[in-house]
Amino acid sequence: MLDWTIYISFAGMLLMVFIPKRNLSVVRGLALLITLAGLAIALNAFLHFDPAAGVVPIRKVAWIPTLGANFFIAVDGISITLVLLTGIAAVAGVLFSWNIEHRAKEYFAFYLALIGGVYGVFLSFDVFLLFVFYELPIIPQYFLIAIWGSTRKEYGAMKLAIYSFVGSAMVLIGLIAAYVIAGGKTFDLFQLAQFPFSERFQYWAFPLVFVGFGILAGLWPFHTWAPTGHVAAPTAASMLLAGVVMKLGAYGALRVAMTLFPLGLQAWRHEIAVLATIGVVYGGLVALVQRDFKFVIGYSSVSHMGFVLLGLMTLTTIGLSGAVLQMFSHGVLAGLLFGVVGRMVYDRTHTRDLSQLEAMNLGQALPFAALIFVLAGLASMGMPGFSGFVAEFQVLIGAWRMYPTLAVICGAGIIIAVAYTLRAIHRSFFSNEPPAANVHALPPITIPERVGSIMLIACSLIVGLYPRLLLDIINPSWDSTLMSRLLIR
Amino acid sequence: MITVLTLLPLIGAIIVAYVRRERAARALGLTVSLVVLAIALSMLARFNAGSPQLQFVERHVWAPSIGAEYFVGLDGLSLLLVILTCLVIPFAMLAAWKFERPSNAYVALMLGLESGLIGTFTALNFVHWFLFWELSLVPAYFLIKLWGGPARSQAANQFFIYTLVGSVTLLLSFLVLYWVTRTFDLIQLADLGRSGELVARLRPQPWWPTLPAETLAALVFAGALFGFAVKVPLFPFHTWLPATYSEAPSAVSMVLTGVLSKMGVYGFLRILMPIFPEQMRAALTPLLWLSVATIVFSAFAAFAQRDLKRMLGYSSINHLGYCMLGIFAAAKYTGTDPSWTLQKAAALNGVLLQVFNHGITASALFCFVGVLEHRSAGLKYIDSFGGLRQAAPVFCGLMGIATFASLGLPGLNGFVGEFLIFKGAFPLAPWAAALALLGLFATAVFLISMMQRVFHGPVTERWAAFPDLRRSEWMIVAPAIGLMFALGIWPNLLLRLTNTTVANFAAQLAN
Amino acid sequence: MNYRDLFILTVPEVILTAGALIILALDLSLRRTRTNRGRMMTGAILTTLTCLAAGLWIIGANVSGSFYDGMLVLNSLTTLVKPMLLLMTIFTALISVDTHFTDHVGEFFALLLLGTIGMLLLVSTENVLMIFISLELLSLSLYILTAFNKQNFQSAEGALKYFLIGGMSAAFMLFGLSLLYGLTGEIELRKIAAKITYDPLLLVALIMVLAGFGFKVAAVPFHLWAPDTYQGAPVASAAFIASGSKLASFFILAKVMMLGFKGSGWLPAVAILAALSILVGNVAAIAQSSVRRLLAYSAVAQAGYMLTGLIAGNQQGFGSLIYYAATYALTALGAFAVVAIVQERAGGERFSAFAGLSKRAPGLSFCMLIFLLSLAGIPPLAGFFGKFYLFSAAMGAGVLWLVIFAIAMSAVSLYYYLQVLKQIYVVETEGARLTACGLGCSIAGVLAVLVIVLGCAPDLLVKPLLRAIQTAGI
Repeated sequence: MLDWTIYISFAGMLLMVFIPKRNLSVVRGLALLITLAGLAIALNAFLHFDPAAGVVPIRKVAWIPTLGANFFIAVDGISITLVLLTGIAAVAGVLFSWNIEHRAKEYFAFYLALIGGVYGVFLSFDVFLLFVFYELPIIPQYFLIAIWGSTRKEYGAMKLAIYSFVGSAMVLIGLIAAYVIAGGKTFDLFQLAQFPFSERFQYWAFPLVFVGFGILAGLWPFHTWAPTGHVAAPTAASMLLAGVVMKLGAYGALRVAMTLFPLGLQAWRHEIAVLATIGVVYGGLVALVQRDFKFVIGYSSVSHMGFVLLGLMTLTTIGLSGAVLQMFSHGVLAGLLFGVVGRMVYDRTHTRDLSQLEAMNLGQALPFAALIFVLAGLASMGMPGFSGFVAEFQVLIGAWRMYPTLAVICGAGIIIAVAYTLRAIHRSFFSNEPPAANVHALPPITIPERVGSIMLIACSLIVGLYPRLLLDIINPSWDSTLMSRLLIR
Repeated sequence: MITVLTLLPLIGAIIVAYVRRERAARALGLTVSLVVLAIALSMLARFNAGSPQLQFVERHVWAPSIGAEYFVGLDGLSLLLVILTCLVIPFAMLAAWKFERPSNAYVALMLGLESGLIGTFTALNFVHWFLFWELSLVPAYFLIKLWGGPARSQAANQFFIYTLVGSVTLLLSFLVLYWVTRTFDLIQLADLGRSGELVARLRPQPWWPTLPAETLAALVFAGALFGFAVKVPLFPFHTWLPATYSEAPSAVSMVLTGVLSKMGVYGFLRILMPIFPEQMRAALTPLLWLSVATIVFSAFAAFAQRDLKRMLGYSSINHLGYCMLGIFAAAKYTGTDPSWTLQKAAALNGVLLQVFNHGITASALFCFVGVLEHRSAGLKYIDSFGGLRQAAPVFCGLMGIATFASLGLPGLNGFVGEFLIFKGAFPLAPWAAALALLGLFATAVFLISMMQRVFHGPVTERWAAFPDLRRSEWMIVAPAIGLMFALGIWPNLLLRLTNTTVANFAAQLAN
Repeated sequence: MNYRDLFILTVPEVILTAGALIILALDLSLRRTRTNRGRMMTGAILTTLTCLAAGLWIIGANVSGSFYDGMLVLNSLTTLVKPMLLLMTIFTALISVDTHFTDHVGEFFALLLLGTIGMLLLVSTENVLMIFISLELLSLSLYILTAFNKQNFQSAEGALKYFLIGGMSAAFMLFGLSLLYGLTGEIELRKIAAKITYDPLLLVALIMVLAGFGFKVAAVPFHLWAPDTYQGAPVASAAFIASGSKLASFFILAKVMMLGFKGSGWLPAVAILAALSILVGNVAAIAQSSVRRLLAYSAVAQAGYMLTGLIAGNQQGFGSLIYYAATYALTALGAFAVVAIVQERAGGERFSAFAGLSKRAPGLSFCMLIFLLSLAGIPPLAGFFGKFYLFSAAMGAGVLWLVIFAIAMSAVSLYYYLQVLKQIYVVETEGARLTACGLGCSIAGVLAVLVIVLGCAPDLLVKPLLRAIQTAGI
């Protein structure tokens, strides 16, 4: 049933083509309907998911027998959490894009194609299929940014596309090599994982594939596309980019690189953990000095993804679960933060420069936006009660075992996160200036924006207060035969 | 029961946030806080003071994979602080109503703060406790930032970040503990700490070959110590406090000094001392020095202040320093000799009393300063005022009572706590207690000189028309004044509550 | 062997010859009475019918065997590839209908068909003499087809370059082939392979032959004709060069290398050719502002990728090569179809003519999107799968460095394809909608669908190919 999320997204994209351009409400309605349906399917599957079942196959259809590639859709705890995230982020993105009028049809068509690709990655257990779905979103993303973006949109879009493509190219090389060495018979993840690749091979294949995925996940120092891309993208695209697409990279790194090449993982994990920690601190420090609001959030994404990657390298159940939880948490929060900055603030004030916003004292004019941003900021800095705390907490516990120094440094990273978040909150909404004259003429926050933001912050709160909701699903996934090879006892 | 107590203010906060009309919001907020007070008092009535066991316990599974459990309970210490919170918050709200015109957001944030504080004082699982510890920072931050004085942003940021840095080190220390003990239950951790098992578990693991267990334990202790030391605050981590108290609106300062500062002391008593008795003993001398420095330095610094609120801020630091002196003295290793245990019990009783009494007294003092500010349209410098006694005798009289209580005049509540602390500390740490006397002396000097400046002296033109406290206004402080007298004359009201808990503590320390 | 048997074996070629002659004659009579477009349409229809007839015969007759010393080798592989080539010719003819570039309509289609005959013969032979002859037949037709637009000097320039370089490379090829004969005394590929011994002259022969073929497939450093030809020639001719002739040339190149030079260390030479082509093709394409030149350099790069697949030297490699060449040919045809329409109706084929095309002709833009993304190698299109298949085969042969290089360069290629797509989709203009373009658009649409289908279900083509290769004994 879960694979229908993929099908309806692409079907929605096709349907969108046939709607007459004038009919904005039908366009928006269709997009919302499709994304809600996707969310409903995901939620339904999530609620009925039996964590003890390990990896549950859903559909396996022979696709290219000559290669050995099958249309193999399956799900486990990790996948379903991320599928749920995609559903939530997709709906929120549509709500935050409600005001798009220019070429709205094409916008939502590209949007749905992007979502379809993302669902596909999280549900594929055939490596070839996974790669196909992984490459697919690059093009819709390019167009979303290049056509509807803002600052330096064409440059940002191209940079993102090329970086993503280079990343996928690296993954492709590793994949083809693995495929050929394993006999060129199958792309089934389970079977490939069983194959005993030589240590020498894994030694170069693992970093290649991991970094290939890591580029999209914002691994330092390959993260440089992220700030430019986020700033250039229109609101919903940055929400998806930071919220979901970056998780594609982390998921690919986990599901493919780490699972297929465990020996390579052992050889390189320390280096990657160090890079992840550098990313946490570097992202935070750079966010601290940014003038553009969106850049602050963009760099904070790099910082948060650093936690994910560190968590992945801990190879303990608690750290790995923390990483997946952080993927979910950051997905929701980044979406929310970009929604506030892009849609609520920028669309109204047409500036993202913090000094200019400081003069406007938006806290008075847009109290709802201020409240949401404060909540999102608190969640993002790891305040207990929100999802980010539980996730970072678990990552730190897991990291403590292997990398105590790095755990302490990441703790410092949390403090930096507090600093830049406070700075952003202060300058954007709660500066001490008297409010500017024109500020009260700003259009009020619309219903779709309210619904979207409340939905997202509620998710973060619920998971933060009752993390078992997700942890009970994620934790048993590490016991399946596929993933248990990763763990260090 | 505790859950209701914790959540009621929060629910009240959410409802108040949506009430547009200010008067209705304030009334609702006040009502909620009074209801909470009533519930707390009923719990007090049902509390069995003679039993050292935890009461009103609630335990629910929360997130077992990270060791988080919903575990709350009350003993004498917690109950004392909960009552204090439930008293100070309505007091502050009334003061704010009269003198500051708070909006519904203000009231909502106050209620949120109350919820966070009650949660902190009742939690017995580290994750649960940490959640409320951090959460109480947020309303305080916004209260300071949005309604404070001219330098409020800086003060709020300093407050938040400073405290947060402490929280992070605290968190990291506890992560290490969790890793080796697999539990966040504070009771269990205390047992492990006492029996020495904790240090044993911190022995070098194959993946940490370089660090011996003692060093690691010391590092963990240092991390946790820093977290609480910032909150109390202990010298030299106190630099955030004067600015914060000065910039915050008076009603907020009342809560800050009355309750938030006690969070640090509570942390020392509930978490640090039970779990790390060995390490505390090992670090005793430097810690005693620090507490002495806190007492003496802040008292002299208060004397040098011109800003009334800063002065009171330093005075808070000073009074809390006595608490720290008492705690550190009690931590000294004395074997199982029962007479020593008695001294320790005395010191700890003194600490608890001081905690409660200072809460009442200091918040009352800030209330009075708030009156001064309000009546004088924002002035708060000691030199601005003079000869108020002639113009507003009731006001000066009441403020004088509060000042003397703060000073430690026998008959008022401040005396008992300080007396007991010194009684217990002198035998245990004679030189520290002796030096701390200097602090007492300096406190007397600055408080009396403040009174002299503000109340006495020639009446200036300006203040000749200073309106005295109206009936509605001195009704607000009346309960506090009443308590000052009551607790001064009959300290047993509190002692009977704390004694069993303290005896328990002292007995545990005796091992 | 008598002429009757020969006739039966070469019926398809005979049909095509007849068709060419009929078109010539018919056009002569229609010259006065019909419009240019009418004549083009007639010619195209006749071409289509001829090719269909030939194709149906090939599939129906299904002859198999090697005749006349390998001069005519028919097997299931040729039964598969020859109809593909005929299909390409049909598409080329249909694309040409809406373009207006010459008055010599009949000659155009006749030459088209003659070139097709050359292609058909090229793929059905394993004899070096026959290879040369068919190659020349094809090339000569193509030279003239390139020069067809008498109004445009670029057409003449391109044709001249093509002819001069082509002539020279033909000479090289002949020399190389004769060296082979001298070394082995045989002119049939398999027998050559049997008799080959190591000899320094063998290397010379290899280089020479590669030079000849390299020219045909536009591999570096023999590609210098490609940009001018692709840009200057009439669109239909360029389409023909890019599609059918490429497929046929690669087919025979592969056969020569794998059958003729079997085990003679042709791998390093081809690898170098491949690497250079990938490098030069991709780098040069970045700077282009003319879509056709961009397609030319892209063709050079694609030739490099195809050579990478060839290096595998086994059935997988050959299969991947033919699959990729066939799908590439379809993609190129589609791209040129779009270019033809834009050129005719939007005044040119520079980037500026494509600006805002998504608004002016949404369906056509979508087709171009498919073609360019397929060329870039984005799944789930045929180009992606083809590249994947090529690279897996090559990886199996152990040329890891080349595969890495090729994959890295294809990331570069995304850049310039996106530049064109950027013009089409991102840039905003006020231009009017393109008037209905019936046939051309339909062709583009059909080709787009084919590219998507072959990408999503590649086994449709790959399975029969592999089976045919197996039975053909390569």
